[in-house]
Amino acid sequence: MYLLIIILPLFNSLLVGFFGRYLGKYGVSFISCLNLFFCSVLCWVSFCEVGFFGSFCYIEIFSWIHCDYFCIQWGFLFDSLTSIMLIIISSISCLVHIYSVSYMEFDPHKPRFMSYLSLFTFFMFYLVTSDNFVQMFIGWEGVGLVSYLLISFWFTRLNANQSAIKAILVNKIGDIGLCFGMLLLFFIFNSLEYEIVFSLIKYKVNTYINIFNYNFNLITLLSICLFIAAVGKSAQFTLHSWLPDAMEGPTPVSALIHAATMVTAGVFLLVRCSPILEFVPNILVFIAIIGAITSFFAATVGGFQYDLKKVIAFSTTSQLGYMVFILGISKYDVSIFHLVNHAFFKAALFLSAGSIIHSLSDEQDMRKMGGIIQLLPFTYSIILIASLSLIGFPFLTGFFSKDLILELAYISKYSLITSLQGTFVYWLGSLSVFFTAYYSFRLLFLTFLNKTTGFRIILQNVHEGSLILLLPLLFLAFGSIFLGYFTKELFVGFGTDFWQNSMFIHPFNISMFEVEDISIYVKFMPLFLSILGILLAYLSNTFLKHFIIKIQLSFVGKKIIFFLNKKWFLDKFFNNFFVFPFARFGYFITLISLDRGLVEFLGPLGITKIIKKYANILIQLQSGQLVHYVFFIIIALVWLFCINVYPILILQELYLKEYLKLFVLFFFTLIFMFLI
Amino acid sequence: MFNPFYFLSVIFILFLIGILGILFNKKNILLMLMSIELLLLAVNFNWIFFSFYLDDIMGQVFSIFVLTVAASETAIGLALLVIYYRIRGNIAVELTNLIGG
Repeated sequence: MYLLIIILPLFNSLLVGFFGRYLGKYGVSFISCLNLFFCSVLCWVSFCEVGFFGSFCYIEIFSWIHCDYFCIQWGFLFDSLTSIMLIIISSISCLVHIYSVSYMEFDPHKPRFMSYLSLFTFFMFYLVTSDNFVQMFIGWEGVGLVSYLLISFWFTRLNANQSAIKAILVNKIGDIGLCFGMLLLFFIFNSLEYEIVFSLIKYKVNTYINIFNYNFNLITLLSICLFIAAVGKSAQFTLHSWLPDAMEGPTPVSALIHAATMVTAGVFLLVRCSPILEFVPNILVFIAIIGAITSFFAATVGGFQYDLKKVIAFSTTSQLGYMVFILGISKYDVSIFHLVNHAFFKAALFLSAGSIIHSLSDEQDMRKMGGIIQLLPFTYSIILIASLSLIGFPFLTGFFSKDLILELAYISKYSLITSLQGTFVYWLGSLSVFFTAYYSFRLLFLTFLNKTTGFRIILQNVHEGSLILLLPLLFLAFGSIFLGYFTKELFVGFGTDFWQNSMFIHPFNISMFEVEDISIYVKFMPLFLSILGILLAYLSNTFLKHFIIKIQLSFVGKKIIFFLNKKWFLDKFFNNFFVFPFARFGYFITLISLDRGLVEFLGPLGITKIIKKYANILIQLQSGQLVHYVFFIIIALVWLFCINVYPILILQELYLKEYLKLFVLFFFTLIFMFLI
Repeated sequence: MFNPFYFLSVIFILFLIGILGILFNKKNILLMLMSIELLLLAVNFNWIFFSFYLDDIMGQVFSIFVLTVAASETAIGLALLVIYYRIRGNIAVELTNLIGG
């Protein structure tokens, strides 16, 4: 059964990919949905077995790489962390497959689409179930690859192709980090299996490695490498820019890959490596700060985007920032809890957005929407539920994880990290809550509640999608409402033994008890900020509309809005200071100056030129004039004379004087000849 | 007093005259052939002188050979000259390469 979980999506992908043309689009849809449904049922069963009954499952298939110390097996491990991830991936993937049946109804490349989606699911399964780093790396690269394929699914669009290239390249930076991490791991432990590595990590805490005559702590370096990998995949600050651009793909792709699954792989990796991270508090603090900056940055930028999908993409980045910063204060269970919840409500948001875009005949600009609440009541209710869940409205899913995260961030300043850092993280997180509420409701107002700004011809055709499009939304909405409440005690309750050995939290870092002891004001702070954000969105779209517009059009306001709309100019910054210089360097220095310059000059080109030049000179010696040849003969004779005859004369004890006489004779003869 | 240097210088001057004859007579192939004869003469002198000086008969034998070679070579050279004159109408050596073949 466990292997079937992994094999089913691959089987489906190959079947649909290679025989899609024989199955037809209905056959493809039916088979994909059936396979994925079966797969998700199996995942739920495995979740019961592994999660509730606590019987972890290890499967060793056979040896893959066996070389000296380096033994890699095809192995799968199903512990609670994996089973959670499996639930998310398979459920969301199944729902997205069902959704795509309707959403991609008229797309001529539907089999390919379904095949890619299933392939993605397979790689994601591979990533989460592997029991060693190398096998995980296959899944890691695989999801990057499928992400590329899916973003550029409409390959005739330039933007889609550019975004896909950007996504895969920015991800590659992180992948290089992971590669280095794996090399270091092998260097330390001579093994890449989770069990061995994680059980030996504490004996290597004070090991140093000498690089460029500087001693690095091995574990610190390792954690940095792993964090770089996570930054790339989970779109943290500095490598975030691929995620908003990845919205060029179809909406189901955004829902599956860029909201629920692939971007969580980075978080998953860090949680998986919690036994490593727990021994490097400094790096943990760094991770926390980067995560907090990410959440704040994405939340502020998301509030001023006008593309419906980009707003949600930034919201994803923001939530990933939450996951990462709570991970940085070593609350891995909470991070995973938020990951699960976020997967459900973000998928709901994205699929609702897809429903809106679909009904407005592919219009994505929020400024051209509005007033469709009466036309799309179902979608509205779903997106409202998902948004409320996202902003942490009490008793919905998001509330249970998000508020807990903020409380833990608040409490962290008393335990793990210094007061300043803890406060910094906490306030950035809280401000992100405010902005999150603002942009969620801004989205709702602009699309549903304001007076319409769309075209009549489009608005006449607005209608809810078919049942098969709305069914997944319904499930996801249920997930967004109940999931957090039902699983709270399981994941982050007191003394829950759900996680067992799948993650390691240093006893020094446990602060679940202190959280319950903080003042009521701190506990209400996120809710208060959310309400403030909602209020701001409400006022700026109703009563204070003109006032807000006046502010936005003022000199300073224009600058600020522009700054936020352009993503803090970070893309510009990276393009100007990294991408273009590197591209220029690659073109002018390595290509023009070195490869086709110096190397060519010293190599083939230069040699041919020199040979040609001197060959021409030598050719000119052969003039065909007899006289010239005679001249050469004379030259040669003189030379021979110099090297042969002179030493002989010396040996014969003839004096130089007489030798000179001979030359004088020679010259006189020459002059004599001339006179003649 | 016997000084080999005088002999050698005579031989050397003869040889030089021959070579310079070839070098400076660009027009006349006949003069060039004559200069070649002069060269061979100098070489012959050289053989004979050293055969005498070293008291060795081989040099004289070689000089006889050189004589025969010089004769045959002159014969062939003159034959070529005649053919060349028949084609070109003059015996300037400068533009020999224009004939081709």
